[in-house]
Amino acid sequence: MSEILLKIDGQEVTAKQGITLLDAARSAGISIPTLCHHEKLEPYGACRLCIVEIETRGGTRIVVSCVYPAEKNLIVRTRSEKIDRIRKMILELQMAHAPDSFILQDLAKEYGADRNRFEKEASFCIHCGLCVRYCAEVKKKNAVGFIDRGIRKEISFIPEIASKECWKCKECFPLCPTEALQAAYVLVEALAFPQAST
Amino acid sequence: MDKERIDRIIDKHNCEPSYLIQVLLDIQAENSWLPGEVLERVAERLQVPMTRIQHIATFYKAFSLVPKGRHQIHVCMGTACHVRGASRVLDTVQGLTGIEPGETDLDLKFSLETVNCLGCCALGPVVEIDGKTHGKMAPALTADVLINYD
Ligand code: SF4
Ligand code: FES
Ligand code: FES
Repeated sequence: MSEILLKIDGQEVTAKQGITLLDAARSAGISIPTLCHHEKLEPYGACRLCIVEIETRGGTRIVVSCVYPAEKNLIVRTRSEKIDRIRKMILELQMAHAPDSFILQDLAKEYGADRNRFEKEASFCIHCGLCVRYCAEVKKKNAVGFIDRGIRKEISFIPEIASKECWKCKECFPLCPTEALQAAYVLVEALAFPQAST
Repeated sequence: MDKERIDRIIDKHNCEPSYLIQVLLDIQAENSWLPGEVLERVAERLQVPMTRIQHIATFYKAFSLVPKGRHQIHVCMGTACHVRGASRVLDTVQGLTGIEPGETDLDLKFSLETVNCLGCCALGPVVEIDGKTHGKMAPALTADVLINYD
C-alpha cells in the first residue's frame, strides 16, 4: 500500500494509505485520548473524545480521529483551545453518568473537567460499546448487547449464553471504563444462574 | 404462535439475515407481539445473534415484547389535540379501560398508547382505535365509542 505524508502537531508523519488519523498519530508517538477505541475492534466513533482539528481550505474542521482516514498533506492538530473545551464538556457529561470512573477522573484532571458540573444521573455505563463489541467481534459469543435507545439505552446479558460462556472468559471486564459491566454481570449472575459459577 | 407460521414468514424473506427487521415486523403484525420463543426461532433460522434481535426489538416502538390487547387505542397528545382537551379525553379513556399509556388490560382487550399528532389536527382531539380515526372526541363521547369493541 502506498505511503502518504501528513503533518500532525507540526510533526511530519508518514502513514499507510487508508489508516485512521488516530493510528497515524499513535504510530508517530503522538497520543490522543480515546474511550471507545480498541485495536482489536472495528472503529466505532461513539465517545467523540478523540476529536482533532484539521485544516481545510483556509478553515479548520473538527473530525473524529478514530474513524477519519489519514489524507495526503493533511495538517492536523490534536490539541487546541477548542478541542480541549469540547473534550472537557464530553467528560463532564460522561461523569454525570459515571462519576467514580478512574479513567474519567484522570482525563478530567488533564482537561480541567468538573465532575459535578451536571446533575448526577448515575447509570454508570457510558455506552462505549467495548464490552458488546469485544464479545461479538473477538469472542464471537454475543453474550452481551445493547437494549432500548436514547436515555434508556443499556447493556443486557443473554442469560442462556452468559451462564455458559462468561465465567471462563470475563475478558471484557477490564475493558469497561466505568465498571458498569461488572455490576451488570454480577446482577444477571445472581438473578439468572446463581449456581453455575460457584 | 406456532413454528410453521414463523417459518413461513422467514421463508418468504428467503431466510436472509438482512431482512431481520422485515421478518420481525411481519411477525408483529400477525401476532401483535414478539414472544421469546419466537425470537429464538428467528435467531436460529436467520443465524443472527440474540443480542442483535433484542437490540432491534427494544429499539423500535413498532415492536412489543409483551402481549398486546385485541384493540389498540392511540390517543393523540399532539399540540392541536392537546389545546382542544386531549388530556381530558385521555383521562376518561384511562378511567374506562383501567390502564395507562403503554399498558394492556388483563383481559387482553385494550392496549393504550399516546401519540404525537396523527396528521389530522383539524379533527382534534383525535383517538385512533385499530387504525380507525375518531375525531372531535370529548370525554362524554369516549364511552359510546369504546362500547363498540369487545
Ligand atoms: S458497560 Fe462498560 S464497556 Fe460496556 S458499554 Fe457500558 S461503559 Fe462501555
Ligand atoms: S475513541 Fe474515537 S470516538 Fe471514541
Ligand atoms: S395534534 Fe392530534 S392529529 Fe395533529
